[in-house]
Amino acid sequence: MLKEKYADRIAAIFAKYPDKRSAMMPLLYLAQEEYGYVTPEALGEIAALIGVDPTQVRSISGFYTMFREEPKGKYWLQVCTDLPCALRGAEQFYQELLAELDVEDGGTTADGMFTVERVMCLAACDRAPVLQNNFHYHENLDMDKMRALIRQWREEAGQPAPDAAADSADPDDSAAG
Amino acid sequence: MAEHILLRDLDIPDIRRFEVYTRHGGYEALRKVVTTMTPDDVINEVKKSNLRGRGGAGFPTGVKWSFIPRQEPIKYVVVNADESEPGTFKDRQILEGNPHQLIEGALIAAYAIQATAIYIYCRGEFWDLTHALDRHIEDARQAGFVGENILDSGWSCEVHTHLGAGAYICGEESALLNSLQGLLGQPRVRPPFPAQKGGGLYYEATVVNNVETLTNVPWIINNGADAYLQIGTPESPGPKIYCLSGHINRPGNYELPLGITFRELIYEHGGGIPDDRKLKAILPSGASGPVLPATDAVLDTPLTYEAVAKIGSTLGSASIILIDETVNMAWAGSKMTQFFAHESCGKCTPCREGTYWSRRRYDTLLAGRAAEKDIDILSDVAGQMTGLTLCALGEFAVNPVVWTIKHFRQDYLEYIQQAAAEEKPAARGKGKAARDAAAR
Ligand SMILES: Cc1cc2nc3c(=O)[nH]c(=O)nc-3n(C[C@H](O)[C@H](O)[C@H](O)COP(=O)(O)O)c2cc1C
Ligand code: SF4
Ligand code: FES
Repeated sequence: MLKEKYADRIAAIFAKYPDKRSAMMPLLYLAQEEYGYVTPEALGEIAALIGVDPTQVRSISGFYTMFREEPKGKYWLQVCTDLPCALRGAEQFYQELLAELDVEDGGTTADGMFTVERVMCLAACDRAPVLQNNFHYHENLDMDKMRALIRQWREEAGQPAPDAAADSADPDDSAAG
Repeated sequence: MAEHILLRDLDIPDIRRFEVYTRHGGYEALRKVVTTMTPDDVINEVKKSNLRGRGGAGFPTGVKWSFIPRQEPIKYVVVNADESEPGTFKDRQILEGNPHQLIEGALIAAYAIQATAIYIYCRGEFWDLTHALDRHIEDARQAGFVGENILDSGWSCEVHTHLGAGAYICGEESALLNSLQGLLGQPRVRPPFPAQKGGGLYYEATVVNNVETLTNVPWIINNGADAYLQIGTPESPGPKIYCLSGHINRPGNYELPLGITFRELIYEHGGGIPDDRKLKAILPSGASGPVLPATDAVLDTPLTYEAVAKIGSTLGSASIILIDETVNMAWAGSKMTQFFAHESCGKCTPCREGTYWSRRRYDTLLAGRAAEKDIDILSDVAGQMTGLTLCALGEFAVNPVVWTIKHFRQDYLEYIQQAAAEEKPAARGKGKAARDAAAR
């Protein structure tokens, strides 16, 4: 339960606003952090904390793109393909990333590691191609940088690439892993 | 190069840190207003400077502050840091590089209207940035610039951040206020306006200002309105951060006076167009304002609110997207229409349905399945939205359709002629427009 586990943080959130209802978005973020996505239980918990109906919480979480109502990959990659980035090759980058991870537009990899989606402008157009990985920026990307990042994230998660068995025939690679 | 007024991080790399900011005169303007000026003095000085809002509309800031009813016991300042217009990334650099100057500017605004609290509404993607901003606010609080009885003046003001969660419409001030109140982030019917009781945050009188706008304020207080009026033009004074993106050799933020020409900005500061290709079109205000063909007359136009309006577009927040000759502008129109269709909040029918149908038409066009009458249908749909929407997003959404057709009809015809050619068995290969679309 959020209420017990995060009592201090929740109190600090409520203290910021004269109206409890303003805690809606901060609590949705908190729930998402705790459960990985906004679960049906979370909607109920938030509703009880604020004193509104769960359907009202649901309508808010559904309105915004950064709240997820179903589980996503461990690494949620949101690639900007909006006009300014598209003028600097973002669409091609996006297609190559999908191919690299063998995933559909908007889909999640079979191992549950990566969800890859398009997003609208991220206020980083001068550093295209750009993406957010779980809300952290990665800018001025190309596929070489991207492969290095993917390798790093896989290592971080203790989840070697699906084709790691083939790779490990290469002594350099296994040393690095 | 002259010292920066706004992007001071370019001159003093660590200025984001409280000690460095104060060592370079930081919070002296706040001290000056709180200890030597009345709220009316502050409003009058900002009015005199003719500082105009940098969030897009260019409304005079001092005038906006003067609308706030004195007698109300609860008043707010809300800082608009939702920055989501395609091509805009200036507020982000301020928040990252020079956050204390924004905090100081917001505090001065709050003093001028005697606000009890400031909320800084940041777009959700500024996640790390907003957490850093919380720490900067804390540093200012420790030094006595935020909180109870600021500088022993008897005036108290809290500063809080609030994270959005990915919705362009929440940059529209009344939608922003709803979002901050935990309601659906949809615009309100006005009047009442935010500055009026009943229209602002928690329905109290509220000033909403853009990040860049407020970041000008400490300099105006320190140097005076007269000095500020020496920069730029009388109708559009001051420095402006121009965001250059798209086909430009050196994309990025450029702080320069209002009133320099497009040509100077693009070719001298931005380094020109990659591979010396020809510039075809300029979007001076992101996806929201009318596109301009890159003629000599346009290139020689000064970047001021009044001059850009005179040539048929808007300066907006000066998010300038450059588009070279390799691009088909019907494709660009379709990209921007996708943006508005995605971002329409759905509250009113003309905007919700209009952007949806326009997007579908563009899909047909780009897939090579459109005829010439489809261009007229696009124009008609846009016409049915004009003047009938609750907020300005609906007006913005019309621009990419109407103005790309007006200035670049030939680009639409290219898709159509090619579609016609492909119907004929003798047609060889794919046309240029379809190849371009496929490559994107
Ligand atoms: C659809 C839409 C999106 C907007 N987005 C922003 C934004 O991201 N940032 C901003 O400062 N103003 C934005 N505005 C303008 C605000 O409504 C408001 O005019 C501005 O924040 C006022 O501040 P200023 O007077 O300092 O410019 C937007 C307006 C509309 C209609
Ligand atoms: S014009 Fe569009 S964005 Fe604005 S209120 Fe209507 S539906 Fe929402
Ligand atoms: S268009 Fe991609 S960050 Fe702005």
